Parts: sequence; C-alpha cells; structure tokens
Amino acid sequence: MPDWTRATAADLAQALAAGEVTSVEATQAHLDRIEAVDGPIHAFLTVTAEGALESAAAVDARRSSGEEMGALAGVPIAVKDVMAMRGAPTTCGSKLLEHWEPPYDATIVERLRAADMVVLGKTNMDEFAMGSSTEHSAFGPTRNPWDLDRIPGGSGGGSSAAVASYQAPLAIGTDTGGSIRQPAAVTGTVGVKPTYGAVSRYGLVALASSLDQAGPCSRTVLDSALLHEAIAGYDPRDSTSIDAPVPDVVAAARNADVSGMTIGLVKELSGEGYQAGVAARFEEAVDLLRERGADVVEVSCPHFEYALGAYYLILPSEASSNLAKFDAMRFGLRVGDDGNSSVEEVMSATREAGFGAEAKRRIMLGTYALSSGYYDAYYGQAQKVRRLIADDFAAAYERCDVLVSPTAPTTAFRLGDKLDDPLAMYLNDIATIPVNLAGNCAMSLPSGLASEDGLPAGFQIMAPAQADDRLYRVGAALESALEDKWGKPLLEEAPQR
Amino acid sequence: MNTTTIVPFDEALTRYDPVLGLEVHVELGTASKMFCGCPTQFGAPPNTQVCPVCLGLPGSLPVVNGTAVESTIAIGLALNCEIAPWCRFARKNYFYPDMPKDYQISQYDEPLCSNGYLDVPVPTEDGTTIVRVEIERVHMEEDTGKLTHAGGATGRIHGADYSLVDYNRAGIPLVEIVTKPVTGTRELAPEVGKAYVSALRELVKSLGVSDVRMEQGSLRCDANVSIAPPGQPWGTRTETKNVNSLRSVERALRTEIERQAGVLDSGARVVQETRHFQEATGRTTSGRSKEQAEDYRYFPEPDLVPVAPDVAWIERVRASLPENPAVRRTRLQEQWGISDFEMQSVINAGALDLVEATIAEGVDQAIARKWWMGELARLANEAGGSVEDLAVTPAQVAYVAGLMDQGALNDKLAREVFVGVAAGEGTPDEVIAAHGLALVSDDAALLAAIDEAIEANPHVVEKVNAGKVKAAGALIGAVMKATKGQADAAKVRTLLMERLGVS
Repeated sequence: MPDWTRATAADLAQALAAGEVTSVEATQAHLDRIEAVDGPIHAFLTVTAEGALESAAAVDARRSSGEEMGALAGVPIAVKDVMAMRGAPTTCGSKLLEHWEPPYDATIVERLRAADMVVLGKTNMDEFAMGSSTEHSAFGPTRNPWDLDRIPGGSGGGSSAAVASYQAPLAIGTDTGGSIRQPAAVTGTVGVKPTYGAVSRYGLVALASSLDQAGPCSRTVLDSALLHEAIAGYDPRDSTSIDAPVPDVVAAARNADVSGMTIGLVKELSGEGYQAGVAARFEEAVDLLRERGADVVEVSCPHFEYALGAYYLILPSEASSNLAKFDAMRFGLRVGDDGNSSVEEVMSATREAGFGAEAKRRIMLGTYALSSGYYDAYYGQAQKVRRLIADDFAAAYERCDVLVSPTAPTTAFRLGDKLDDPLAMYLNDIATIPVNLAGNCAMSLPSGLASEDGLPAGFQIMAPAQADDRLYRVGAALESALEDKWGKPLLEEAPQR
Repeated sequence: MNTTTIVPFDEALTRYDPVLGLEVHVELGTASKMFCGCPTQFGAPPNTQVCPVCLGLPGSLPVVNGTAVESTIAIGLALNCEIAPWCRFARKNYFYPDMPKDYQISQYDEPLCSNGYLDVPVPTEDGTTIVRVEIERVHMEEDTGKLTHAGGATGRIHGADYSLVDYNRAGIPLVEIVTKPVTGTRELAPEVGKAYVSALRELVKSLGVSDVRMEQGSLRCDANVSIAPPGQPWGTRTETKNVNSLRSVERALRTEIERQAGVLDSGARVVQETRHFQEATGRTTSGRSKEQAEDYRYFPEPDLVPVAPDVAWIERVRASLPENPAVRRTRLQEQWGISDFEMQSVINAGALDLVEATIAEGVDQAIARKWWMGELARLANEAGGSVEDLAVTPAQVAYVAGLMDQGALNDKLAREVFVGVAAGEGTPDEVIAAHGLALVSDDAALLAAIDEAIEANPHVVEKVNAGKVKAAGALIGAVMKATKGQADAAKVRTLLMERLGVS
C-alpha cells in the first residue's frame, strides 16, 4: 500500500473516491505519522485521534452505501487552534484558554464537517496569533521541518509545519498580517489569505477583526483551491462576510495559464532588507512567468512604506479591545480568587499571569493608541494610511491583473534570534501586511531554496478583492513551471523524517 | 464625612439657575436581542437566555437586529430627529463583570438619529405650559447583564461578600435618548424633568416599540443638573442614577439643586460625579467621581458593517407612525371634557389606552376613569404591576358598569367582581355566580328586611318622622347589613321612605 501521507489532498480524495483507500486507513496513516514525527516539530497542540477515526468511519460507511460525497470527503485536515471547535480545547496558544472547551463550532469547522473532512487536531500558534515565529505560544515553539533549529513562521507555524512534514495534507490557518503566507514561505508550502469577508470569521477568536481572515494551507496550489472552495461563502453570522458567489478557484487552479496576463512587480517590496537568495529565487520565478506568456511590468505603491506603521496601530488597537474579554469572569484561567480579592484584583492577576509578553506589549500599544487625546494622531491617522494603501492597490490593479513580491524578506531564522527585538520580528511581515490592510487576497508558494542557507523562499501573488481565482491561476502556472524546472516538488528536498 | 447644608428649593432658586440634561435608556421590546437571536423575555431564570454571542465567548460575532434599527428610527422620527443616512456602531471599552466582552457595542460620534425635539406639557399653577425640550441624539446600544450584590451594607459591588451576574439582560437592545441642555426653566426645572420623561414614555409607548416600564427597568433615566447664579456660565453638573419613577425624577432634581446650592453657598465647588438617588431618603449620595473620568477608548466596531437606512425605509417607518400622543391627548381631553390635571393623572397611571377603550364600549368617561384610576389601579398596585398587567379588560369594565346601570350590582359588589376577575376566577358572570354577588332585587325580601329594621329601631323611626330625614341612614345601613350588602342602597331608601310615609 502506498504511503498516503505523501499524497496531495487532490490525489488522496481521488483514491478515496475510487475505493483504493478508506478514510479510516488514510486517517490512521496520518495519526501514525503525527505520532512518529511531531515530537520534535510540535505542530499539534491537540490530536483528536478518537474523533478523527470516528468521523472517518462514518464517511467510509456513507461512501460504501453509495452516497454521493463531496470533493474532499474523508480527507484529513489540521485546524489552527484559534478556531472554536467542540470536543477539544481551543487554546489560541495561551495559558488563558488552556482548558477552555468551546460550547460551539466555528462556521469554518461546520463547513469542514459538512464537507465530510476529518479533523486530526489543533495546531500550534503564537499566542492569540501575535507573532511571526510561533515562539510566542504558551505551550512551547513549533520547529521548522527543514531545520529544527529554525522557526516555522507565525503565527500559524503549527499548520504550515504539519503540512510540510506530511502530518496533514491540508490545514486551516488565519492571516491578520501574514500568518498564513509567511509560515508557508519559510516551510516551502502553499498558503492563501482569501479576500477579507470570503471566509466566515464566526468562531475565529479575533485578534484584529478588520484584518483577520482564515484560509487554506497545503502542499499544492490545487489543494488550497479545493479547501478554499469548501470553506468560503456567505455566513449570516458574520456581518462582514461577503454575500456574493465565491470565484471558481478550483477551475482557476486547473487552468494554469498566464498568457496575456499582466503581472506587476511592486517596487516598494524589493531591494534593501531582502535576503539575496530570496530575491534571486523571486526574480527567476518572475522570468518563468514571463516565459509562460505573462506581461511583466513594474508598479509603484508609494504608501506601502507606511503600511507597517499603520498596521501596528490598527492591530494593537483592535486587539486591546478584542482581548479584554479574557477577564476570568466567564471562562478560562482565573488567578488570585482567594475569596478576599476584589473583581478588579482577580481580573488584573489573571491577565498578568495569563498573557505572554508579546500580547501584553500589543495590548498596551493599542490601549495607548485609542486613548482620548491620542486617537486622532494614532488610530485615526492609521485609518487614513489604510485608505491610501487601498488606493495604491486600486491604481496598480488598473494596470495589472496581479501583483507579485517575495512573501517574506528572509528565509526561516533561528529560534530565539528575534525574540528580544520585536521590531525585527515585525519586519518579517513587511510584504504581507499591505494586503490585509486593503482587504485584498494573496497567496504564497515556494519559489525555491535560497542558495546561502538552502532554505525555502516564498513567492507572493496578490489580487484584488473577490478576484481570488487569479491567485490560483497564476500560482498553478508558476508551480508547474517551477516543478518542471526542479523535476519534483520542492518539499522532497526537505530532510526526510 | 462632610455634611452640606441643604438650601430649601425656593430659596436656592432665588440665587441660582438650574440647567438640566436628561439621558433616558429605553429597552426595546424586540423578540430577540440586539446582536444575537436570544429571547428577551423579562423574568426568565438567570442565564437561560444566553448564547456564545451575548456571553461574549471567544470567536463569537454580533449581527445587528434589523427590527431594533427600525424601532430606533421610529423613535427618532417621532422626536422630529434627522435620521443619519450612514452611521456606525462603536465600542465603548471598560472592564466590568456585567459586560461580557468588557466593551459595550454602542454608538459614539455617529448616532442614528440627531437634532430633534419634544414639546412637553408641564403642569403649572395656572394650568399647563408647553416646554420644548431639544433632543441631542438617539442612538442604539446593548444592555449589560444584571449584577446582584450579596452581603455588605451598601448593596453595591464594593463591600459585597459576593456578586451574582445574570446575562439574560446582556445584549437586550437599548435606545439612548439624550437631550440638549434644558435652560431657563427656573423653579419649574424638576417638573420639566418629570414631564419630559412622562411625555417621552407616552410617545415611545404609542410607537409600540417598548413597554417603557420604569419599575421593570425598561425605561431608565439619568438626571443631569447644574446650577449657577443667573447670568453666569453654567456650573459643574452631576449625573444622578437610580431614578426609577416619574416622581423620583422630580424629587432627584429638586434635591440635587438643593444640595448643590448648599455646596456653592459654603464656598466650595460642585464635584463632577455620578450620584445615586435614594428612594427612601429622597436624597442623592455620591457615586464614582468623573474627575478621574474613565477613558472609554471608543473606536468604530470592526465586527459590524455600517448601518445605512435608505430613504424608502425611513419613509415607510414615517408613514406607519401612529397619531402623535400630544395630538391624541388634546383630542381625547376635549372629547371627554376633563381638566389638564385629570388627563395627566390618566396618562401617568398608564391608563390612557384602557380608559379610551372602555369609553369606546359605551361607558361614561367619568365612570371609566373612576374604575381604572380607582379600584383597578389599587388592585394592580397590590399585585405589584400596572393596570395594563391586570387580567381585566375594558370590555369587562363596560359589562360591569352596565350591570350597575341595570341595578344588578352596586359599587361594593362591582368591586368584588373585579377582585375575582383580576384573580383569574373567570368572567364577571362567572365570578358573580361563584360568589353569589347578585343584588337582592326581590321587593318582598327587601320589605321584610325593612320592616325588621323599623321594628328594631323605634327611636330612629321617631326621628325620621320628626323630620330628621338624614337619620334614615341608620335604617338603610341596618337593611344593607341584613342583606349582606347585596341590596341596591337607592332602592332600599325609596322603599323605606314609602314604608314610613315620608317623601
């Protein structure tokens, strides 16, 4: 029997449909793989083995009774631990929620279940999705399958590392400023941040409500498209969700053709600060797209320079409010309730003990930025910058179908390298943040290995809101061109575990 | 603790002018909450009308209740406000255990309705004067949970042994109606405050969007007042909470003006603070100071899209507004021919609809008012509610009044009928049958009782015969007693006088 953990989701789904493998067998293979390799990697916080095998058996039973099944029925998936899901803790990588079991399922979890997918467990993340390395998880870092001394990106390092190490063919991530794309870039996998509002946020524990967006993590562009199709669509429980048909991303991923498309290189997302090997792989990838018939032009987005500054005002502001509810009153950690302490004292002691340093830093930043007398100068000004960045994108998309850049300026850095330098950590997201601020969509896929360290570099494709299909069309074309060149998928270069 | 001299109201007004500001919170009577589908029924067991959204559980998201928006537009239109074509919700951030998310979804600098007014009839010694109270804004927000503090002397969170939270109320739609400063009302200020809340309550009630019951908290008033010598800039205001009845609005304003006058007379300054009205003493006590005002860090609620009511919707709401209560009040008052004071009493008792409906059933206005403002109000009060809660309908009042006209019931028996109906014993006829409340109308039985009374009271008969007709009352009383009250007193009198040969 083939090793089903090496199969793409699309191939596994086909094998399941053809009866070559059962969902129970495929699920067990992945559970065994997790058991075997996740110790040092630590991609998972919770493995829901029992529930996974139960739902796999149910899918098999229904399939054998002749029922028509969905495209990904029986395929295992990992879910970032920021999504509310019954039957297991949802921790958000925080001590505050270490034992919290939600009494409800996130819409995205409902959709995975409706698609008959099998949830393997919940993946590690920076606390409340704040970070670019997964080192800010209260439950210990996740390590990069390419090099265990290196970070897997963040905040969704668990999801990308799980996919990169064949512990799951697919995973759910969330992306507030790059938390799907940057981990994809540094682990040599694919990650997509859909258009804001394309995937319901109901049940996604909010970091920054106006920026958060859930999306797929996978090893191939087509696999992300299949997952995208399963999770996207209007949800009346999320007022910000888009009430319009989802673009046909699966068809786009199968139509790997860029001829006649105009691709814009964003001048501001290159040059200084970008690792030479990352820049080299990026340029080669652009050349491949040109060879495949794309028209490549350079565009300027002058306000991108201010994106990081605006982002680090808007995100902490919203986060300071979103994270207020962790007050020990109704759920989660409670510290200092000795029968004599006041409500304020218990709230304060709980938050002091429960939040990690990065969370506290951003809560303080946001509280300050929203304060009376500072609001206009900080939050108000950041909103204006946000508008200008959206305008820059709009102008660029008048000329271009998609924009491209390296996803992250560097390959994976070493654990601990940037922990004491928040600003250096924040700079990891310099190329991914503008898309979140504008509410547009973007994808990261591997462009090759940087020559100086032999680690994966990421290639970012950006498209206008509700034009997510363009990402898949260009992504699939580039993926196929690169694999033609390499002769195999990049992940096969990774150390075998 | 420093005690301040209280300056009697009339004296205070000789040196100071008051400025009022009233903030009224109205709980909307929507079937579901402001941002989730939970029911809003009053009095359900604690924490049974909750869900992930109104408990603020991680990951949950609010969705705006369209009916609540429409109700707010109706209130805004009825208050002659402009309706914003586009507005947003905002988060008001503060930590408190009754606030599940530790922020309240409210509206800040973009209210749905603004710049309106309400013409308020204020009773004066010479009748009624109309005071126009300008409305600053009408906005939407969500209610908090309800805290109950156990132990401790103050009934407040500080010093309590423990506190219980009921989140059933959390997320119930609230509309906040804020006046502009009300100036120039001088000694009428407390009355204006009361009359404004009364008129507002009547207006909101007429719209059918809330039951506006102050005793149940579905209409709550915060009374702001400041005083300053005439011609001087306005003084520092205080905000008095816990004002839970119309009378308390008036008392709280009066007592706060008296207190502030004492503070200023002593050369001290008024502290800007929240105060609490104490129903028992009629005084206000200091709450939290606003000098270290909390910074609510308002910002636009990113979980919600803007509210943008289109013109067609607004006009549809406008077209469906009921008759303005002030117009209706004037119309009915003229029809019934009653005084301003009498009309105001009916309105304050919440009996206007009931009296109108009873009159529509053919009952004389005085009789209809007598029942609803008298015995039925007493029954409602005993039951701890208002006349609207009573299980007595205008049709039943009309029916009983008809029986009285026919001589089948007297006043005393009619009251007993209502006691039975209100207690759920059935229709008036069923209560009459069950308790044997029909009047003794059999002349023979009455005459026997009259003869007995005459025989037993010869000295009274002598007095009557001697021209002291009033003395006959004792004989009538004896007859009523003998018939256990089930006789028509007028008829007894007629028969008695015939018997005695007096006319």
